[in-house]
Amino acid sequence: MELMIESFPRLLNATLLTVELTLLSLFFGIFVGVFFAILRTSKSKILYYLSYYYSYVFRGTPLLVQIFIIYFGLGQVEWIRESFLWLVLKEPYSCAILAFTLNTGAYSSEIFRSAFETINKGVLEAAKGLGLNKINTFFKIKLPIAIKQSLPAYGNEMVLMLKGTSLASTVTLLDLTGVAKHIISTTFKPIEVFIVAGSIYLLMTFIIHNVIKILEKKYNY
Amino acid sequence: MEFLYFGNTGWGDELFFATLMTIAVAVTAIFIGFFLAAIFATFKLSKSKILNFVGNFYTTVFRGVPELLVIYLLFFGGSGAVMYVAKIFGYDGYIEVNAFLTGAISIGIISGAYSTEVFRGAIQSISEGQFEASKVLGLRKKIYYYKIIIPQMLRLALPNISNVWQITLKDTSLISVTGLVEIMRQSYIAAGSTRDPLFFYSFAAVLYLLLTFLSLKLFNKLEKNYSRGF
Repeated sequence: MELMIESFPRLLNATLLTVELTLLSLFFGIFVGVFFAILRTSKSKILYYLSYYYSYVFRGTPLLVQIFIIYFGLGQVEWIRESFLWLVLKEPYSCAILAFTLNTGAYSSEIFRSAFETINKGVLEAAKGLGLNKINTFFKIKLPIAIKQSLPAYGNEMVLMLKGTSLASTVTLLDLTGVAKHIISTTFKPIEVFIVAGSIYLLMTFIIHNVIKILEKKYNY
Repeated sequence: MEFLYFGNTGWGDELFFATLMTIAVAVTAIFIGFFLAAIFATFKLSKSKILNFVGNFYTTVFRGVPELLVIYLLFFGGSGAVMYVAKIFGYDGYIEVNAFLTGAISIGIISGAYSTEVFRGAIQSISEGQFEASKVLGLRKKIYYYKIIIPQMLRLALPNISNVWQITLKDTSLISVTGLVEIMRQSYIAAGSTRDPLFFYSFAAVLYLLLTFLSLKLFNKLEKNYSRGF
């Protein structure tokens, strides 16, 4: 019990990094996801397969492998170390965000793609009939419908990403899991630390679920 | 390519056995998960409020907490718990718990939380009429579960079980933190001694892709087999 109270401020402090990693990766991941979802609907075979294999590879391999390739692997290549990319790849923080972004981007591209695909043909014909141009059709009609369609699945993806950020601890970052592991390995009291850290994670999951619920209400028309 | 030679000069044989280890852990874990899911899915579907709560607590906690944290809990807590029990029986030394078991159990617990939801959903989507008809036919509970409900449930659950399997397979990479030599750990060792992390981690990615690809094929076959007559 004492340890739980003692470790709480440290774990809470580490939670900040977890939240930061999650939000940043999700934010960048949305753009990557929408981008590849649009490529998937493209008529060009090359763009289609580019998007297809991107999501296939990133969904078919563990996130841990992706982080390790980016953090340990890419640093070994000579020309990368001499290029501006090195600014991103030499820091574990930016490597973690890059890996998370690409990972969540792959999953969200699938979610957005299926959302775009379920849009009723009649709606698009109606838009054409009303004389809306391509950009207006996309932003005023396709996007809102797609957002509504993808919200439940995207909520799950947000939770998965939150859990995924725990892997940042494997590249020396001290996020919630990293600090929890450190406390466990110095005190050998795993249960107490697990309860505190686990509760913080569950609280964040709970918040995500509620935010999604509110958004679903908002987009429900 | 010489990195992948079999024998003393290359890492081919090591990586091959590491892949087998990954498969072994994943299969053990998913069956531990099925076992837990069978229990907790019945809890979730039961009429008792307490059992409902226990079932919900299990799925909420283990789907909401990072896998790595669960692994650390069992890795550091496991040997402590075993030593505690051993102490009661008068053994006062350090006992190290098998990394394979720790890994399989921790991934199994997580996988079980996902399977519970799959099983629950599948049972719920079997129409009420099937239960009633089996009762009217006077089938015993055991028989109608094994002959009527479970075959139908399997057909409905298979696509989702395939998803759980993919999650479980990928989660096994996290066990590498406990030192169990599976694909990830072996790549880490090889990368360290050859100073070529890019090659070995990329090769690990290829191995995982191969495993997910092959298992997807297998599940598609199973799905076809179980949808006969529908």
